[in-house]
Amino acid sequence: MGATLNAGDLRKGLKLEIDGEPYLIVDFEFTKPGKGQALYKCRLKNLITGVQFDKTYRSGDKFVEADTDEQEVEYLYKDGNNYYFMNMTTYEQVEMRADQLGDATNFLTENLKVNMLFFKDRPIGITLPNFVELKVIKAEPGVKGDTASGATKPVTLETGYKVQVPLFVEEGDVLKIDTRTGSYVERVSAK
Amino acid sequence: MKDSRYFAERRRDIVLTLRRFFYEKGFLEVETPLIIQAPAPEMHIEPVRSEIGFLITSPELHMKMLIARGFGNIFQICRVFRKGEFGRVHLPGFTILEWYRTNADYTDLMKDCQELFSYIANCINCFKVSFRQSMLTPSEPWKIITVEEAFVKWAGWNPIKQWNRDRFYIDLVEKVEPHLGFPQPCILKNYPASESALARIKESNPEVCERFEVYWGGIELANGFSELTDPVEQRRRFEDVIRWRRLHGLPKLPMPEQFLEELERMPKTAGIALGVDRLVMIFSGADCIQDVVLFSEEFLPHGNT
Repeated sequence: MGATLNAGDLRKGLKLEIDGEPYLIVDFEFTKPGKGQALYKCRLKNLITGVQFDKTYRSGDKFVEADTDEQEVEYLYKDGNNYYFMNMTTYEQVEMRADQLGDATNFLTENLKVNMLFFKDRPIGITLPNFVELKVIKAEPGVKGDTASGATKPVTLETGYKVQVPLFVEEGDVLKIDTRTGSYVERVSAK
Repeated sequence: MKDSRYFAERRRDIVLTLRRFFYEKGFLEVETPLIIQAPAPEMHIEPVRSEIGFLITSPELHMKMLIARGFGNIFQICRVFRKGEFGRVHLPGFTILEWYRTNADYTDLMKDCQELFSYIANCINCFKVSFRQSMLTPSEPWKIITVEEAFVKWAGWNPIKQWNRDRFYIDLVEKVEPHLGFPQPCILKNYPASESALARIKESNPEVCERFEVYWGGIELANGFSELTDPVEQRRRFEDVIRWRRLHGLPKLPMPEQFLEELERMPKTAGIALGVDRLVMIFSGADCIQDVVLFSEEFLPHGNT
């Protein structure tokens, strides 16, 4: 059980447990009509499903801080729908399903270190580094003579993720990818 | 570039103008204590305690005692303190302007407000201001709407006929306030009788009290009313608030006995409080109250406030 909180303790970035699930306050605003009661407007994000919604609380409302913990883990391997990680603090192996990881599976390569969020000791999500480097495993050769700036083509990366890149990119190149947008940033090294 | 120096200069100009306005009208500027033994008990305003008394949440009680002692029209610009209030238009310590007019009722204060805003606009040469995506103007005439009309129009229910305090304040903030004060300020008047511990009940309609608020750009700027002058009724209302606070587990507040004793001699009066920081904020097009206050980070909500 996390600490008990009052409405006055609410602030952006705080994690709450509501109906047994962990929520993050992603936006927060205090309002109060002069003679009226204080209202605490929150935008809450469910840390398991990612669903966001708005909720207004009043002074007198009580809350439980979500029992969450973040730890560094290293990605090991994938087996079917399951992804296996090593907890770098406890050296225990942790597994998560593809549906829990969502788009993050596009950027996981062996030995990548990520932060894993635990809720009541169960893993519920990971935070990737903002940028990762991934190798191109499949690319159509660039069309000669087509130098129009902005022209792109699709390539497949080592994780199976497909991304639009400039025409000069070739199979075997290593690319820098922004994990927040999923887009190509630059070529790190050529084949 | 609007930096803290710009806002400080804007504040100086506006505060100077406020003083001139009331001096020209013959109001006496007063200074009453910032630390007192008994604030007016309120359901939703928490005073800050010091070792030697309460920091004032408003200079109201002492200003009314001066009226009772025959001071006539008075005004004051001072700091007040309210625990736990921190947001884009809230600080736990802020500057308030209060003025009290004898032989007057709340309609006289509404006229004062309109005149005051026009006066400021003229003095600082500001007739249009861009505030949070809206173009506002302080010019007259202002719209005047009753609480009943506003709630029926925007919240779809009538709080005068069917009172529900929790619903009232949530709908006020979420459904009504966002419509008030565009492009010129607006007056929201005639609050439910239960919603002012110190206001006079309207004789022609006892379901409401003679209280109003000034809104501009969706922001509450001032709260004024015809003052209750009946000490027996006033004591009963304070007792209700003190009982309510006990039921809700809030810190105990003493009965303001000296005020009640002097209230008996107070003539017919109307009084109003205006948030000076918010006024400066809108007149200078600042986004939030923190922009127009120096060292506002002192109030960040991880201390005792």
